[in-house]
Amino acid sequence: MATLHTRSAARLMIAPSVLLLLAWMIVPLAMTIYFSFLRYNLLMPGMEEFAGFSNYTYFLTDPAFFQALFNTLAIVLGVLFITVVGGIALALLLDQPMFGQGIVRILVIAPFLIMPTVAALVWKNMFMNPVNGLFAWLAKLFGLQPFDFLANAPLMSVILIVAWQWLPFATLILLTALQSLDEEQKEAAQMDGASAWSRFIYLVLPHLSRAITVVILIQTIFLLSVFAEILVTTNGGPGTQSTNLTFLVYAQALLQFDVGGASAGGIIAVILANIVAFFLMRMIGKTLEA
Amino acid sequence: MGNITLRNVSKVFGAHAVIPSIDLNINDGEFVVFVGPSGCGKSTLLRLIAGLEDVSDGEIVIDGKNATELPPAQRGLSMVFQSYALYPHMSVRSNIGFPLKMANEDKAVIDKKVADAARVLNLTDYLDRKPRQLSGGQRQRVAIGRAIVRQPKAFLFDEPLSNLDAALRVNMRLEISQLHQDLKTTMVYVTHDQVEAMTMADKIVVLNRGRIEQVGSPLDLYHKPDNLFVAGFIGSPRMNFVSGAPAAAYQAHTMGIRPEHLVLSKENGTWAGTVGVAEHLGSDTFLHVNVDNIGTMTARVGGDFPVTHGDRVFLTPDAHRVHRFDDKGLAVR
Repeated sequence: MATLHTRSAARLMIAPSVLLLLAWMIVPLAMTIYFSFLRYNLLMPGMEEFAGFSNYTYFLTDPAFFQALFNTLAIVLGVLFITVVGGIALALLLDQPMFGQGIVRILVIAPFLIMPTVAALVWKNMFMNPVNGLFAWLAKLFGLQPFDFLANAPLMSVILIVAWQWLPFATLILLTALQSLDEEQKEAAQMDGASAWSRFIYLVLPHLSRAITVVILIQTIFLLSVFAEILVTTNGGPGTQSTNLTFLVYAQALLQFDVGGASAGGIIAVILANIVAFFLMRMIGKTLEA
Repeated sequence: MGNITLRNVSKVFGAHAVIPSIDLNINDGEFVVFVGPSGCGKSTLLRLIAGLEDVSDGEIVIDGKNATELPPAQRGLSMVFQSYALYPHMSVRSNIGFPLKMANEDKAVIDKKVADAARVLNLTDYLDRKPRQLSGGQRQRVAIGRAIVRQPKAFLFDEPLSNLDAALRVNMRLEISQLHQDLKTTMVYVTHDQVEAMTMADKIVVLNRGRIEQVGSPLDLYHKPDNLFVAGFIGSPRMNFVSGAPAAAYQAHTMGIRPEHLVLSKENGTWAGTVGVAEHLGSDTFLHVNVDNIGTMTARVGGDFPVTHGDRVFLTPDAHRVHRFDDKGLAVR
């Protein structure tokens, strides 16, 4: 980057990849926007016509939309809460010297490596099933009525499954951050008369703030588009109780064959994701500066 | 107020006895320096006193009270760490005030004490900065500030100057000595640098492999080292050791002579040799002389002694200043 010449040469060199990436992004986006303005139903091929904003009007006034919006937020916030709090707790535990530390740490990562559909099916059939599930067996052991998780608390069940999958990720990031905390700082705090709780509040938590931000950012990106877990467990139901935006768009496109409406939903989801991203980036900018 | 007594204190890590057994008495108001090569157990000893490590055996008495089982905070000691160990996300003000906040002091009291400490340490203008915005010397002062606000019975310093550059180190050395004069509080200071030990200490404790080799004032150790280790460790450049025939002439197994106690001449003397390297410091010149049949010896001469590489010179030890050691390395007096 030393001279004007090398700078323009560098621009020339990266131009092909930039153009390719741009096309990669622009073409699907442009097509989606185009479809969103058409009356385009797969059951009526050849009948496409310009529909103005009616697809958007239908999608936004659909009562399922607000339910889905709420569910999306509930999944993101619920999972974030469980994984951050649980992740800190697990990281603190795993940071303690103990027998078989290496194996335990590998075991902790395991859920992250299981595919979402598989994990969700395991939870659905082996844990939450009201007849054969482990939880049902436990309830019966204590003489209680088994609880049908997926029917009675579908959203909470989905949150639980997704949180179980993301907990290892949060734990891992927070554990590495925890291990980078200077030992002498902890000892200094000990000399200064700080109790274990004060050391956690005044020393460990501020030290972890950066790692927590990273966990929140990365998880939010993925949690906005949770899909497989819902598809294989509740199928968005009962009703729309566990439908999130991603699932709603899917239902619109592939269950009702309404490509136009689904495209409009997709564009709305993109806009909402960008609003979330805007606030996230501001939050991260603040933490990373400090 | 702040005397510390160690009785039979030992520390064992696994099968390895870092400190076999130590007895030591530190008087109130004394500036005691633990000095020794790396791995000699000096830092471990300090951490035992601080309570950051548990003693394996023996007892630590602080102010007449058995503190062996007390947690660090209740021993009434403050420690300054090698890395300063400042809390990076807190301002200088909060860093210094942290021990008081942990002791649930009143906010007004904390503010006053922090302001006092900042004034003593010239930190008043930096109170609202974060540690990373400070220079090494300023960080060091913040660490000291955090130690003094508690008004401890004794200060513990763990190689506090080793992260500073040479010029700053000399400055901070003076400042810490000055602080000791002002506060008159017991200070225990760990270093591997014998210059720091000599310049600051009231009492030096020379440690080697977890054992105390000698305890005494700086000049005691310089003039009357108990053994070869202390003789070699204290003094810079280090003492020359000669064994065999030349030592036998002084009825010793090994004789030691400090570079500054060798008289140099170009005409005649006891030992003849060739100058290897001459280090000119201006005020002094250190000569590394290859003495015939003995080996390399270091001699200290005036800065204007005219000599260069390859010159023939004669060295004569000052007979009154020769240190004699027996075959076990102990001093013969």
